[in-house]
Amino acid sequence: MTMLRIFAAAAAAIAITGTALAADPARKPERHDWGFSGPFGMFDRAALQRGFQVYQEVCAACHGLRQLSFRHLGDDGGPFHDPAYPNPNDNPVVRYIAARYMIEDGPDDVGDMFEREGVPADRFPSPYPNDAAARASNGGALPPDLSVIVSARAGGADYIRSLLLGYDYDPPEGFSVEPPMRYNAYFPGERIMMANPLVEGMVTYADGTEASVEQMANDVTEFLAWASDPKLEQRRRIGGMTLIFLFVFAGLLWFSYKQVWRNVAH
Amino acid sequence: MSGPSTYEPKTPFTRWLDARLPIVRLGWDSFVDFPTPRNLNYWWTFGGILAVFLMIQIITGIVLAMHYVPHVDYAFDSVERIRRDVNYGWLIQAMHANGASFMFLAVYIHMFRGLYYGSYKQPRELLWILGVVIYILMMAAAFMGYVLPWGQMSYWGAMVITNLIGALPLVGDAIREWLWGGFSVGNATLNRFFSLHYLIPFVIAGVVILHIWALHVPGNGNPDGVEVKGKGDTLPFHPYYTVKDAFAIVVFLILFAGFVFFAPNVLGHADNFIEADPLITPAHIVPEWYLLPFYAILRAVPDKLGGVLLMFGAIGVLFVLPWLDTSKVRSMRYRPLARWFFVFFVIICLLLGWCGAENPDDLVFKLGYDAAGNETGFSFLWLARIGTAYYFAYFLIILPLLGFIEKPKERPASIEAAVLGDAAPKPAE
Ligand code: HEM
Repeated sequence: MTMLRIFAAAAAAIAITGTALAADPARKPERHDWGFSGPFGMFDRAALQRGFQVYQEVCAACHGLRQLSFRHLGDDGGPFHDPAYPNPNDNPVVRYIAARYMIEDGPDDVGDMFEREGVPADRFPSPYPNDAAARASNGGALPPDLSVIVSARAGGADYIRSLLLGYDYDPPEGFSVEPPMRYNAYFPGERIMMANPLVEGMVTYADGTEASVEQMANDVTEFLAWASDPKLEQRRRIGGMTLIFLFVFAGLLWFSYKQVWRNVAH
Repeated sequence: MSGPSTYEPKTPFTRWLDARLPIVRLGWDSFVDFPTPRNLNYWWTFGGILAVFLMIQIITGIVLAMHYVPHVDYAFDSVERIRRDVNYGWLIQAMHANGASFMFLAVYIHMFRGLYYGSYKQPRELLWILGVVIYILMMAAAFMGYVLPWGQMSYWGAMVITNLIGALPLVGDAIREWLWGGFSVGNATLNRFFSLHYLIPFVIAGVVILHIWALHVPGNGNPDGVEVKGKGDTLPFHPYYTVKDAFAIVVFLILFAGFVFFAPNVLGHADNFIEADPLITPAHIVPEWYLLPFYAILRAVPDKLGGVLLMFGAIGVLFVLPWLDTSKVRSMRYRPLARWFFVFFVIICLLLGWCGAENPDDLVFKLGYDAAGNETGFSFLWLARIGTAYYFAYFLIILPLLGFIEKPKERPASIEAAVLGDAAPKPAE
């Protein structure tokens, strides 16, 4: 079985080069103990719901979530999943959330665009009509869409959380940061256009949790991790069963192999 | 090596078929009764593993193509849609993306096996050459496939690679424009890459058939490198090697499933989750891991054209390898010098991969400071240069010379003798 060992080493080597290609931020993201990290970790439903609230009340002012429809919130593994509503379009919480958005639709019979209440099938509307408008409102910087942000940044969830908590550091001596830029120790280049978005108590959590800055950063990061990888729970469940199947199958084949070759020197 | 066919059709229908299209006979002779050396080790299971992965890539790819939209405005979102909304799209997409990596892992093991056991030597030169053709096609397919999701690395990778063609004198610019279908990587490029990416795997499948045909004429090599001499040297492919290959395939699938289900994105690059933007260049443009050694060779020389020629030369030299290695001894088990040069060659290939992932000017280790106070030391550029030199020296100097210098160890008289030792029937002196 030396082969297997060589194999495992090769796989590990690949995994390492895969992650070693990151850009170099000023400080390495602080490691956080997420419930969803680790091979069988799952999301914390309450944290996802609180995180969605933070996204909606704070981040959504500037950042879109264009890959997501409201109905995704009620999917298996999503923040508002309810087993009583396997079809998320029927989920009353999802319908309520969607209905609070006004969505532009049309053209109608006479060719005019009109606004209507959102339904679960609608996508999250973007905060700006286009990128130019987004830049114009943000001093030239483009607030990125957050649908896949946790996958799109080296460091993943740890990086997003660190960035949100990274405004408290002072710039190093002689490092000038001209307003409206801010200093953020975790941002590549360390000068960031986004103002510190989280202020103690700025969200009143529906579940009564105290909205400290760290609590909000944790929650919204967990929500964004789900948004980037909404099939994580399903994938890990099916993955576990697949591995069990494959191990049993490999065992059967191993004994078949022993049996077939039992009288043959090789 | 396949002797007279032992297939006997048993039913009226199979007799009727056999007289018209002896396809069952072909299958029987190739995969049931085929005489296979009894001493093959697990390094010989990777051909079968590759065949399985080629099928996985084709099947998952066809399903992905049903949902993918090859247009610069929609490609990125369509891949996200596959991950989120297509039934089991997350699984199919992850299998296809990781499957490419695993195919390269398997093909590198398969090729190093060939290098170590001298599988490329007479009478298997053409078998090896067909393999190199497959390898080149695989790289083309993988490169174009990586462009399709239209992320930042897709776009900029396509930019870097197509610009290499522009380095060719006189015709470079014209060829590059022809490849692009315009004046830059754009929608026309994406469309043709999709078309070719769909085509190439079927071409690979065709060449694999030739590869296996060329394998079945001389028969498998084996770890002792002595040719099959008699019945005692071989076993029928089925059930002996069907069961051994099946076991190896499933073990490899376990590793594959580990990545697909528990780390589907670690082999990719975070930047490819950012939609392609021709105005923003990523900080480091790097290819996928399996192309990194060639990327290092490309950047090892200061001259762009020189780098391009070296990079293509690094693959081209494989075509003539059967005639560069002058040793009559196939297996490095019996080549006390060559085996160490081989081990070093494998290490060098891994180091080159490392160099390809790093910035050439960064230091592997630092030695001190220069007058201006900057760190000085041994840079990845120089590691890549040394690696490149050894890579070519291995094929162009070491293997040709070793055949004359090296004193091979004594080889067994036959496969049977190698396996059974003293218990083997003695060949008549
Ligand atoms: C899709 C890719 C490929 C497939 C499906 C494939 C398939 C196979 C199979 C089924 C075998 C017999 C079993 C074994 O020896 O593992 C084989 C043997 C061989 N292959 Fe490949 N192959 C592929 C790529 C390559 C490449 C890229 C090379 C070299 C550049 C190569 C060189 C060889 C050689 C030399 C042998 C004979 C080994 C021996 O018996 O000593 N193959 N291949």
